Amino acid sequence: MTVSKDRITVEGLTGDAAIAHALRQADLDVLSAYPITPQTIIVEDYQKFAADGQVKAKVIPVESEHSAMSACVGASAVGARVATASASAGLALMWEILYCAASMRMPIVFTVANRALSAPINIHNDHSDGMGMRDSGFIQLYCQSSQEAYDTTLMAFKLAEHHDVLLPVMVGIDGFIVSHNVERVEMLPDDEVSKFVGVREPVQPLDPDNPITMGPLALTDYYFEFKEQQDKAIQNVPRVYKEVEDEFEKLTGRKYGMFETYKTEDADIIIIAMSSMGGTAKVVADALRERGDKVGVIRLKMFRPFPTKDIAKAVGKAKAVAVFEKAMSFGAATHPLALEVRTALYEAEQRPMIADFVVGLGGRDVPPITFVEGVDKTKEYLKKGEAPLYETLGVRK
Amino acid sequence: MATDNKPAVSIKDMIKKDRILNSGHRMCAGCAAPVVIKLMGMALRGPTIVCNNTGCLEVATTIYPYTAWNLPWIHVAFENAAAVASGIIEATKVMHAKGHFEHEHVDVIALGGDGASFDIGFGAISGAMERGHDMVYMCYDNGAYQNTGIQRSGATFMGQETTTSWAGSVIPGKLERKKPIAEIIAAHKIPYVATVEPSNYRDFITKFRKALEVEGPAFIHAFSPCPRGWRSATGESISLSKLAVETGLHPLYEVINGEEWIMSSASKNLKELKPVDEYFKTQGQFKHLFKPEWADFRKRIQEQVDHDWELLKKRCGVE
Repeated sequence: MTVSKDRITVEGLTGDAAIAHALRQADLDVLSAYPITPQTIIVEDYQKFAADGQVKAKVIPVESEHSAMSACVGASAVGARVATASASAGLALMWEILYCAASMRMPIVFTVANRALSAPINIHNDHSDGMGMRDSGFIQLYCQSSQEAYDTTLMAFKLAEHHDVLLPVMVGIDGFIVSHNVERVEMLPDDEVSKFVGVREPVQPLDPDNPITMGPLALTDYYFEFKEQQDKAIQNVPRVYKEVEDEFEKLTGRKYGMFETYKTEDADIIIIAMSSMGGTAKVVADALRERGDKVGVIRLKMFRPFPTKDIAKAVGKAKAVAVFEKAMSFGAATHPLALEVRTALYEAEQRPMIADFVVGLGGRDVPPITFVEGVDKTKEYLKKGEAPLYETLGVRK
Repeated sequence: MATDNKPAVSIKDMIKKDRILNSGHRMCAGCAAPVVIKLMGMALRGPTIVCNNTGCLEVATTIYPYTAWNLPWIHVAFENAAAVASGIIEATKVMHAKGHFEHEHVDVIALGGDGASFDIGFGAISGAMERGHDMVYMCYDNGAYQNTGIQRSGATFMGQETTTSWAGSVIPGKLERKKPIAEIIAAHKIPYVATVEPSNYRDFITKFRKALEVEGPAFIHAFSPCPRGWRSATGESISLSKLAVETGLHPLYEVINGEEWIMSSASKNLKELKPVDEYFKTQGQFKHLFKPEWADFRKRIQEQVDHDWELLKKRCGVE
C-alpha cells in the first residue's frame, strides 16, 4: 500500500535540493565533497541539515574532488553509508578513484549535476562528464526531473549496497536545467525512508577485530579475476534494480524502469534521448503525430549497465532510430549513446536505420525545433536509404 | 593484536610485542622500510587501521593472494592515503555513535613514501592536517621514487643521482635542495610533528606513541635507507641512517603545535656535525660528487646543510 497522502510532504524544490533531501533521509554516515557548480547546492543544503542537527552524518569538506572520492572509499571500506556529489572538472579530477571505488566494490552514491568538460571552461549542461566515466564501473542513472532525482537517490543506496551488486552508483541530473529548476516534489516521511533504505550491511569491512588486507597488488595471475567478478556484479544490476523499484513503487506508486517509452508501439521513427531532453522529445512526438508522423520516444535512464536487449525489444519494428545526445567521443565511429544503440540493434531481425545527432554541448539550448529538424532529416535519410554516422545540430558550422 | 598500553621501548618488551608485519614479504634485502614499520608496531596501543599509499611498501607486502600485514590495511591509490584515512576516522566515529561500529576509538595511520608524501599526495596531506582528523601520517623517506626505479622526488638530496637527475658531464645530479617536509607540515600548526629514523629506535617508538596520543593530526618523517636505489651495502642501512643524523642531513626533532621546537635524541647530543662527505662516500649515488669538477658544488651542499642546522638549533633554543 502506498504511503497515504497526508504523510507526504510536497515542496517546490530544485533538483539539487531534492537530492539533498534524499541524502538527509537516507541516514548517511559520511558525506565528503568539494564545491563545484552546478552541484554545490546539494552539499550546501546537506551542510545546513548537519548544522541544524537534522542528520547524524559527518560531512568532510575535503580539499579536492580526488580526496572527496578517496574519503568516500575509506569510509565505505569500514562499512559506512557514503555519498558525494560533483560535476564536470571535479568529476574528471576524481577519475582515478572512480575506478578504484568500483573495483574495490564500494557502494558509494555519487550524485552529479552533469556539466560540460573544459576547455573552454563552461558551467552548463551536457553529458561529457558522465559519458567520460562510463567505463569506470559505476552504475549510471540519469534523471529527468527533481522528483525522479529524489526517488532515484533513495533507490540508489538499496541498489548499490545490495550484496549481489556492491557497486557505486552515479545519479545524474542535467546541470541548471534540472539542478536549478524548481519543480513540485513529493517527499516520503522520514520513517518510511528509513525502513526502505535500512542500515547498510557491509560484507567484508575493515575491522580491527578481523584484520583483512584491502586493495592489494594483483598481477598477471589474479587481476583479471577481480575484473571478471566486477563484470558479473554489474550484470546483476537490472534484476536488483527491478526489485528495488518494485518495492519503491509499493511506497510511492512511482517507477521509471531502465528507460521510459512513449508512443513507441506503432512508431516509424523512435527518438532516443536521456535526462531532461526526454520531456522535450515527448512534446515533439505529440506535435509530429498531429502532422501525421508516427514518432515515439525512448528516454533512457540507465546508461550503465546498458539495457541492450530491452532497448532492442522496445525499438521493435521501427524504421529508424534518431539518437539525440549531449556528448562527443572524438574520433569514434559515432558518439557514446549511438554506439550503444547501434550495438543493441545489430542483431535485430529488421535492423532500423540509425541517425545520431549531437546536440546541446556546453548548455546550448535544445528546443523542440531541434528535435523536429532531426526527425525531418531522419525521414529524408529513410527515403535515401542511408544516413551519415553522426552529425551536429544547433551549432555554427 | 597489540593491545597493551605501553609502547615497547626496551628490547625485552619489543620482542614480546605482537608483530604487525610478517616475514615473507618481498621488500629488498637491506631495505629499512620494514624496520620502520616494525618500530611503528612497537608504539601501537589498541585497535588500529592502516592506510597505505602506493609505493614499495604497499606493493611488496601485499601481492595478492598473500599479505604480510596483521593489521586491517587498505590501499587505494598513490596520493590519497590521508584522504582515505579522513573517511575512515569520521566514519568509525559516526558509526560508533549509531551503534554500528564496536570501537569508540580506532588509531588510524596513513603511510606513504617520499614520492607520495612530498609530491603527489602533498595536497591530500595538507588538507587532512588542516581539517584536523585524528590521524598519524608517517612518511618513510628513501629519497626517491624507488618503486618505479629510482626517480628524483622532492625528498631527493642536492647532488643525489637518480634516473631522472643523472650525474652527467655538465650536471652533478639533483641541483635543487630537499623540500623541508616536516617544517612545512609543522606550519599547519598541528599538535605534533617529529622526525625519526630507525637507528635511534627508542626515540622513534616514543615519538610515534606521542603522535598516536595527541588529539588531532600528527606527522612523522621517518628516514629509510634504500640499498638498491642508493647503491649502498645491504648490511649498512641502519648505520647510514645514523650517519644521516650525525651529518645533519636528517636531524631529529619535534615540533609541538607548530610553535615549540625541540631537538631530540642523537641530534641533541651532537657537539658538531660530521662532514656530509662522510655520508656521500658510502653510496654510489653520490660517487660523482668526488670528481674534481664538482668540488665547489659539494662545498655548496655542505654550506646549505650547515646553514639549515644552525637555523634548526636556533629554533630549538640549542647552543
